[in-house]
Amino acid sequence: MPAISRTDVAHLARLARISMTDAELDAMAGQLDVILGAVSRVGEVAANDIPPTSHAVPLTNVLRPDDPVPSLGAAAALAAAPAAEDGRFRVPRILDEE
Amino acid sequence: MTTVTTSRYDDVLERYDAVLGLETHVELGTVTKLFCGCSTAFGAEPNSQVCPTCLGLPGSLPVTNGTAIDYSIKIGLALHCDIADWCRFARKNYFYPDMPKDYQTSQYDEPLCTDGYLDVTVDGETFRVEIERVHLEEDTGKSLHVGGATGRIHGATHSLVDYNRAGIPLVEIVTRPVRGTGHKAAEVARAYVTELRDILRDLGVSDVRMEQGSLRCDVNLSLMPKGATELGTRTETKNVNSLRSVEQAVRHEVERQAALLDAGERIVQETRHFHEDTGTTSPGRSKEEAQDYRYFPEPDLVPLAPPAEQVEAIRASLPEPPSVRRARFAGANGFTAVDIDQMTNAGVIDLVASTIDGGASPTKAKGWWLGYLVGRANELGEEVTELAIGPAEVVRISALEDDGSLTNKLARQVADAVLAGEGGVDEVIDAHGWKVAGEDELIAAIDAVIADNADTADKVRGGNLGAVGPLVGAVMKATGGAADAKRARELILEKLGQS
Repeated sequence: MPAISRTDVAHLARLARISMTDAELDAMAGQLDVILGAVSRVGEVAANDIPPTSHAVPLTNVLRPDDPVPSLGAAAALAAAPAAEDGRFRVPRILDEE
Repeated sequence: MTTVTTSRYDDVLERYDAVLGLETHVELGTVTKLFCGCSTAFGAEPNSQVCPTCLGLPGSLPVTNGTAIDYSIKIGLALHCDIADWCRFARKNYFYPDMPKDYQTSQYDEPLCTDGYLDVTVDGETFRVEIERVHLEEDTGKSLHVGGATGRIHGATHSLVDYNRAGIPLVEIVTRPVRGTGHKAAEVARAYVTELRDILRDLGVSDVRMEQGSLRCDVNLSLMPKGATELGTRTETKNVNSLRSVEQAVRHEVERQAALLDAGERIVQETRHFHEDTGTTSPGRSKEEAQDYRYFPEPDLVPLAPPAEQVEAIRASLPEPPSVRRARFAGANGFTAVDIDQMTNAGVIDLVASTIDGGASPTKAKGWWLGYLVGRANELGEEVTELAIGPAEVVRISALEDDGSLTNKLARQVADAVLAGEGGVDEVIDAHGWKVAGEDELIAAIDAVIADNADTADKVRGGNLGAVGPLVGAVMKATGGAADAKRARELILEKLGQS
């Protein structure tokens, strides 16, 4: 049984607002399954005395200067949103959480 | 402190010890966001300061703003913290649309700064507030809830989100539990936030404008019966956004929790909302329902390892702490340590300093701000720094008092008129025709008062000098406060043969 199904990929694509064709869904489901399979093999060999790796490259302090760059602009930013209202992203009702 | 002390609050603190915890969020004054080059300017059109990175669009990658790291280290050093030589950002995962990525980039078990302290003084007594950690994270977007009766989330049909604020660097400063504040719990909380604000402003790392949300405070509070060793259940009051409110929130929670405990009920561990208008709190979500944030090290950002030379260079560049600056200010102007505490905690020390710089005497400057305008600000429910009257107006009024153009009473009338927005000092004096009564006008008023109060006048003639007070009062009333009371007294005594 694959770790990730075609239905899962379609669901994730919808959450990420990425439109994918049937052919792309088929291809991506297969590829992601291979990747997840590879990752799960790492879990089999990781013992308790091996600290988890968070970064594969031995770099620190990658920083940028505090210089502004142009933003997208509200129109472009909102163009990709499923719904907008009053220059803002419109989102469904948030239930009993604040 | 000018807030009314309720006997209930004092009574509660006779029987319970309050344990405080303060979490302060400060938006850094960098030009750009923490992980992208979008502007951080306040008040722009919604969603005009966003890009693929702060919108969390697929394929975008964050790069950390070096100035934000420098500022965070500055804050840590000013609060006597240790600076980590290696740490990482972490993802805090949650499902709420104020972060488009569905997580907030924050720090978790590896904060940049740890184990510091801040000393605050209330009424001459110093309290050490221990700082557990100072960490850097990104601010969230702003949500508007539409369709509900009060703009609140309950009953809303949908929400609208502006991501201009999402990604602005935010430093969170967390205290350890603060104990032993006795009856001064609320004052210590306020003094801590005041001192922190002054330090942050002096460091130049934030504009610390509470009314714009660039400095926000969460107040944790629990009560334990005197002599108990086990901490009580705490509540966390969110978004307490003015110095007055910090004090009010503590007072309110002390009284509310004590009423429940006295009635044999339990305190529910929960988040509470503070209401500026009533100074009270109401329940938010219950902590038991709080999410598991599934923190994990942020894979898109490499670790931070501030070099020791960088940390030492920042340490060497720190400005003089506000407490040292205040001590020098006290010495230069003849203020006592208690004067300085009172002015600091009432938030008027900078106003007093500017008033002295403008030419008023230290005594007058302190008297006007601490003795009058702080009280007026409380009555009006405003911050003293936001009043329609400022140092320039106080300097002018003081000068007019000093040269005899205004009596003390007239001067306060002038201040009230300026406060009411009627105009500048000279404008309101002209408009109302306020001036000190001349000698002729004063003598005419005295003659009338003596004629109207013959019995009292006879007592004074008979040597009862205590009876002169009511006559002076009547003259002051007759002249609408425009008489020099000392001169009126001299003239009355002269007229009644007692000089």
